[in-house]
Amino acid sequence: MTTIAVLGMPNTGKSTLFNQLTGSHAHIGNWPGITVDLMQASLELQGQSAQLVDLPGIYDLRGHSEDEAVVRRFLEATPLDLVVLVLNASQLDRQLRLAIQVQRLGLPALVLLNMADEARRFGVSIDLGALSRELEMPVLLVSAKHRRGLGEARHAMVKLLAAGCEQGNGERSGDRGDQKPLAQLENCLELGDAGLQAQISHLLGLAVTLPPQWRDRLSRRLDGVLLHPLFGLPLFFLVMALMFQAIYAVGVPLQEGLGSLLDAFGKGVIAPLIGGLPVFLQGFLLEGLYQGIGTVSAFLPVIFLFFLAMGVVEDSGYLSRAAYLMDAFMERLGLDGRSFVLSLMGFGCNVPAILGTRVMRDRGLRLLSMLIIPFSLCSARLNVFLFMASVFFAPRVGALVIFGLYVISFAAAILTALIFKGRFNSSEPLVLELPPYRFPTLRQMFSRAWLEVRHFWFWARRFIIFGVIAVWLLNNLPFGVEPASAESFSGLMGRALMPILGPIGINPKLAVALVFGFIAKEIVLGGLAVIYSQADPIALGNAIAADVTWVQAISFMLFTLLYTPCLSTVAVIRSESKSAKFTTFSVLWSLLLAWGTSFAFVQGARLMGWS
Amino acid sequence: MRKQAHLADLAPGHSATINAIEATAGLRHRLEAMGLSQGKQVLMLRRGWWSGPLHVRVGMTELMLRRRDAACVGLEPQPALP
Repeated sequence: MTTIAVLGMPNTGKSTLFNQLTGSHAHIGNWPGITVDLMQASLELQGQSAQLVDLPGIYDLRGHSEDEAVVRRFLEATPLDLVVLVLNASQLDRQLRLAIQVQRLGLPALVLLNMADEARRFGVSIDLGALSRELEMPVLLVSAKHRRGLGEARHAMVKLLAAGCEQGNGERSGDRGDQKPLAQLENCLELGDAGLQAQISHLLGLAVTLPPQWRDRLSRRLDGVLLHPLFGLPLFFLVMALMFQAIYAVGVPLQEGLGSLLDAFGKGVIAPLIGGLPVFLQGFLLEGLYQGIGTVSAFLPVIFLFFLAMGVVEDSGYLSRAAYLMDAFMERLGLDGRSFVLSLMGFGCNVPAILGTRVMRDRGLRLLSMLIIPFSLCSARLNVFLFMASVFFAPRVGALVIFGLYVISFAAAILTALIFKGRFNSSEPLVLELPPYRFPTLRQMFSRAWLEVRHFWFWARRFIIFGVIAVWLLNNLPFGVEPASAESFSGLMGRALMPILGPIGINPKLAVALVFGFIAKEIVLGGLAVIYSQADPIALGNAIAADVTWVQAISFMLFTLLYTPCLSTVAVIRSESKSAKFTTFSVLWSLLLAWGTSFAFVQGARLMGWS
Repeated sequence: MRKQAHLADLAPGHSATINAIEATAGLRHRLEAMGLSQGKQVLMLRRGWWSGPLHVRVGMTELMLRRRDAACVGLEPQPALP
């Protein structure tokens, strides 16, 4: 099998290029010798199929971060037929460093200078011939965002692979020309360190003309406003608040419509179809599986909109500015601007946010960031809150409740950092690029959001299916009991938990939902639908409202917000921290904080005479 | 003999030439990969409030870095104004 790796610095549009080349049919692959997963996809090159691997973005093959170590280990362990090196065409003054390192390693490589449009706009001109001669690699200008130059890039890849094959066959017949993995990578690079700067200057002098003056007036002006010392932060939070408002304004009606549609389909089409089956099986299929999955899938539009908006904010370069704005505050919490950005990403899903801490080298900083990210109110929890808020409160109050939960999510993270910053000391340097402002194309925005939702769904649905089936079985076993009654397994389980959950206002039914929420928050709502045996969102809401008070509902939301987000997050914390002790600590702390907060709220409400 | 000037002390709107990077290997590699290396011109764009990070431009790249880390970047003394 032909293997091609895509290598490049962060902010070079490497992933966009990867998706454009492969048509975004990427999946996660395991590689021998490295412990992390990499994205890979198959690529058709004139009838020949190759696998393309997307390596993490790195600044330097000699760097000390985890990602940089991963790339080194990958290069040492995997025989490569070709390296596609992606550089930002307008930043060759520093990015040529990677090209020289790759040349020094003697890897067969193709250099793609991406963001050619931006380089032209900034007045950078490049002599491709001279660069190619000096680097002894083909060099092409491309723009992945505008899909320019990709055909030529494919063509060059085919030619290079064919050339590599011939050469290989000459030396070792029958070996298909596969390269040997690299040995002694670090030593080889270390020897080249001394002359690196001189080499870069030499290449720049020969092949690159930089503009005499900085031309990006747009970024300069926008930064004057958005990075304003006084108004920068309020503006950022205002933009975020408006973004969330817009997501709900569009997403919630979509979700309600889809929910009713799915319910009608279940009653009108599925119920008659399975009418001949035994009653127990009928209930299992319709009330268990279909209702549970349907309730959750109705939220996919909201999640899609969320990823769409977050993707735009991220690609525009505004998130890096958020890191700049928040760094002074985060430093006092023992964290840095990146931790803030990752927590913000965690509002979509905690799992990729925790994976994102790999950019941090210092263990203390990384662990402290991993400790606060799970408090970010992720989209799965948002499902539950949107639903509960709409059941218990008028729209205006409901919006306030949701806003309050966001505030508590921030407060829990800040409190946690303040309490534990002494135990996770760090002195990690922070040097981050602030890229020029960019606006993604519509195509880019939608394909990215679509990809994220697809990942979310593939990854969440096995938990959801498992969860709703388990909840339904617990409700309906042993045979012959009244579903979800005190005699059913779930009733027994709920009552067994009452000594702990009773004081925070959680009744046995809600307790069962919380237990399953430990697996994934996506199950909570599907689980409630099964427990109360109501599929239609409005009917389910009425059933819950008849059963619990609004104080109990808020306590339930607080607990759901603060206790461990899901098993996947726990698993990722475990694999990234490589410490069972830290993982246990993180889970216990969040449980303790959740219980304490709910307890304080319920007892406080009792004193105020609200319940 | 004047005291060695540091990037951390550069005023907004001013630029200077880097003459030394006095950092550990890890930080030096990162600074160089970002374009901060000996002989390069660096321009201070803004300094964050509350001892916040610095926003600088070097070559074609804009970046933020903390004052503590910027103190590792030595600058050539500015010629005194007449």
